[in-house]
Amino acid sequence: MGAGAYRHHVPASVDAIIQRGEFLTSYTPYQPEIAQGTLQYLFEFQTQVAMLTGMDVANASMYDAATAAVEAVQMANRVTRRGKTILSGAVHPHYRETIETHGKFSGFEVVSLAPNLDGLAGIEAKLDAKTASVVVQYPNVFGRLQDLTALAAACQKAGALLIVAIPEIVSMGAVTPPGDMGADIVVAEGQSIGNALNFGGPYVGLFAAKEKYVRQMPGRLCGETVDADGKRGWVLTLSTREQHIRREKATSNICTNSGLCALAFTVHLSLLGETGLRRLAGLNHALATTLEAKLAKVKGVRLLTDAYFNEFAIELPRDAGDVVEALADKGVLAGVPGSRLWPDDASMAKTLIVAVTETNTVEDMDLFAAKLAEVL
Amino acid sequence: MDKSQGRSAQEAPAKELPNFVTASGHRGLQLEEKLIFEQGVPGRIGVDVPDAPKGAANKLGAFARKGTIGLPDLSEPQVVRHFTRLSQKNYGIDSGLFSLGSCTMKHNPRLNEKMARLPGFADLHPLQPEKTVQGALELIDTLAHWLKTLTGMPAVAMSPAAGAHGELCGMVAIWAAIQAKGEGATRRRVLVPESAHGTNPATAALLGFTVDPIPANERGRVDLAAFEKKLGPDVAAIMLTNPNTCGLFEGDIKKIADLVHAAGGYFYCDGANYNAIAGRVRPADLGVDAMHINLHKTFSTPHGGGGPGSGPVVLSAALAPYAPLPYVVHGAKGFELVETQRAGTSPFGRLKGFHGQMGMFVRALAYMLSHGSDGIRQASTDAVLNANYILARLKDVMSPAFAGGPCMHEALFDDAFLKDTGVSTLDFAKALIDEGYHPMTMYFPLVVHGAMLIEPTESENKESLDAFIDSLRHLATLAKKGDQADFFHAAPRLTPRRRLDETRAARSPILRWKPAQPPAPTAQAAE
Repeated sequence: MGAGAYRHHVPASVDAIIQRGEFLTSYTPYQPEIAQGTLQYLFEFQTQVAMLTGMDVANASMYDAATAAVEAVQMANRVTRRGKTILSGAVHPHYRETIETHGKFSGFEVVSLAPNLDGLAGIEAKLDAKTASVVVQYPNVFGRLQDLTALAAACQKAGALLIVAIPEIVSMGAVTPPGDMGADIVVAEGQSIGNALNFGGPYVGLFAAKEKYVRQMPGRLCGETVDADGKRGWVLTLSTREQHIRREKATSNICTNSGLCALAFTVHLSLLGETGLRRLAGLNHALATTLEAKLAKVKGVRLLTDAYFNEFAIELPRDAGDVVEALADKGVLAGVPGSRLWPDDASMAKTLIVAVTETNTVEDMDLFAAKLAEVL
Repeated sequence: MDKSQGRSAQEAPAKELPNFVTASGHRGLQLEEKLIFEQGVPGRIGVDVPDAPKGAANKLGAFARKGTIGLPDLSEPQVVRHFTRLSQKNYGIDSGLFSLGSCTMKHNPRLNEKMARLPGFADLHPLQPEKTVQGALELIDTLAHWLKTLTGMPAVAMSPAAGAHGELCGMVAIWAAIQAKGEGATRRRVLVPESAHGTNPATAALLGFTVDPIPANERGRVDLAAFEKKLGPDVAAIMLTNPNTCGLFEGDIKKIADLVHAAGGYFYCDGANYNAIAGRVRPADLGVDAMHINLHKTFSTPHGGGGPGSGPVVLSAALAPYAPLPYVVHGAKGFELVETQRAGTSPFGRLKGFHGQMGMFVRALAYMLSHGSDGIRQASTDAVLNANYILARLKDVMSPAFAGGPCMHEALFDDAFLKDTGVSTLDFAKALIDEGYHPMTMYFPLVVHGAMLIEPTESENKESLDAFIDSLRHLATLAKKGDQADFFHAAPRLTPRRRLDETRAARSPILRWKPAQPPAPTAQAAE
């Protein structure tokens, strides 16, 4: 299905670990002497997120990618002391709408570009001295991979921060991370690693940034220190940014994060390791190109995405929403139709977003292609 | 007959063990555990990943990742052992009484976990066709019905992801209602009692409101006279917790609601303490316009070491039209998820991706259905009883913050009983850790000096409360001897780590592990 939520295989040991009562029934680690377990895995989580995204530092998680994106925009407003953000036309509509909602009541300006396969189109023309941030998605909502290096340079020249949103974190096992292309802040949906689809939540928002912005970051941060005996240990740190200390002067009102989802992420990624993540990402990509080749042979289907990871967009000869409904009756969940994501934009009606993971078999794909040919 | 079976009849002398060092660094069951990044051997793997189909095209273009990511390679036994060892350094509700006030650390029934993992909930994609997710939508609708019935409120927004997110949702609804009346430019002030949770002023400030504190009276409640003086045409809302963070019921709450309504403002109720009154008091009858409900407190979804939570917000008729997207309705085609604005409504927009914390909804509804409305009422009654038992049994050795009268679901003490002992609230709480308990909430609420807020919840039986009280009485008596400051300063002694240097952590933050030397790119990366 895709479009910001992906069905991956979660090893059984992940669930066994997160159901241990010492993790499941513990509180936010405000008493570090009896919460070193939580604190150490948060430190490991922060390290994993920083590595995956190619960034310097990461926080201990947010609610989800959409809320992390809002926090990133607000952080850019604080860093630049400006109040305008430009949203690419290939940002997930839920991320866009969440940012727009917050812009309304927080009083920052949101310039949302119309849906466009080319997520970079039109951005540089809107960059000006008021712009605090630019938000792009990578891979974008159509699955497309685009080089962000030039945009990052343009943002830097304009004094704006480049925020990159990653909807599918498994992609980082195969593609160049945004940190290598000049991103200032990276947010991501971490659901894909360790967490079930759960009809949309709870998920785990990832948030990473360049080191120089660390004191402007939102959310909880876990840091290394020593105890009274000089032994290495961990604590929540830089909490002078947070609401329980700063009250109305806090960087964010956030209190809860996604602790247990972050644990699931860290356990799953530890099981995979470098070798496993690379293999998993390679498998996802190979299966996606396999399905694309099969769908391309169906009469009337046109591929819209060139470079992609495990998700691509196709154009159908008729309304994709109707096709998805018809295929559901035949036991196939085909993907996410444009009408679901952009209900008010008729130009997107024939677009279908399709994602493939290791849970899809080649037989599934043959069935999909055959049934699609039947209903078109 | 000799029953010693060869054992020494004399008890071993209880002498302090010499400070001996083990070769491993472990100390019995207290196992030292390195970071995952300090373990592992390249090439190991904890998951079987099948081979990719042969002959598949590569369409990554120029975007193939170069260099190593830096992740360690471990086997499944290594990973399971690593996280099991980490778990043993944690204290949870499953470990023992968790006295943390304001956080409602009640037992998390495992039935809820099992229900949330049913594939009909856990394996649903949020954007599947509605006709394939009718059961999930019905579950959301049923939970919404329970929340509306319990609170007496006509509407509920289900999508907020946590308490603070719910607060934001409720306050945005108030903001939207004020905008709709054309008073956005004038109603800029939000009244927040000094005893409020930190999230309250942080949320109000996020919306651009000016935060105006209201003092507490000597009884720990809102000072009604001071409150009335602060009312005016520029007041947008009052944010009030009831029972308040002192664990006391705001007896004047209806009057406060009427006054703020008469002044044209709204009443936001922080529902963090709803566990004291669920099933007994309907917030609608108190004049509430918006209240978030922490499903991870009152309705027992696990705290999980700091989330995920869930914070649905019940709304009055005045605020219902502004409820956020999406929401569930029941129409001719069954249950529908409304994701765009419909005629006659003015939703303020979307607060997060997708529809809400479904996994938490399933757990909360499982709790409600397994308790029933009578069980929910019983739970809040018992929570209040337990807190009062603690207050009654400790008031002679500790100092209740507000003398006279019972408390609600939490008992609040100040540090007067520690005066001139050299022992602070923090020291006292840390000593409680060595006694085997998670400390109470400290230094909150801010209106009480050296506050200690204890919330036992309904989960504790009398034996458990008595054992906890014995420990507190022991420590209070010890502290009051006046010569035990060093003992308390050094606590805790028996934990995996002793007091940690927070200043050092904040001064030069180390927020991630880094290799001693950056790894060289491997050949694999060129794949």
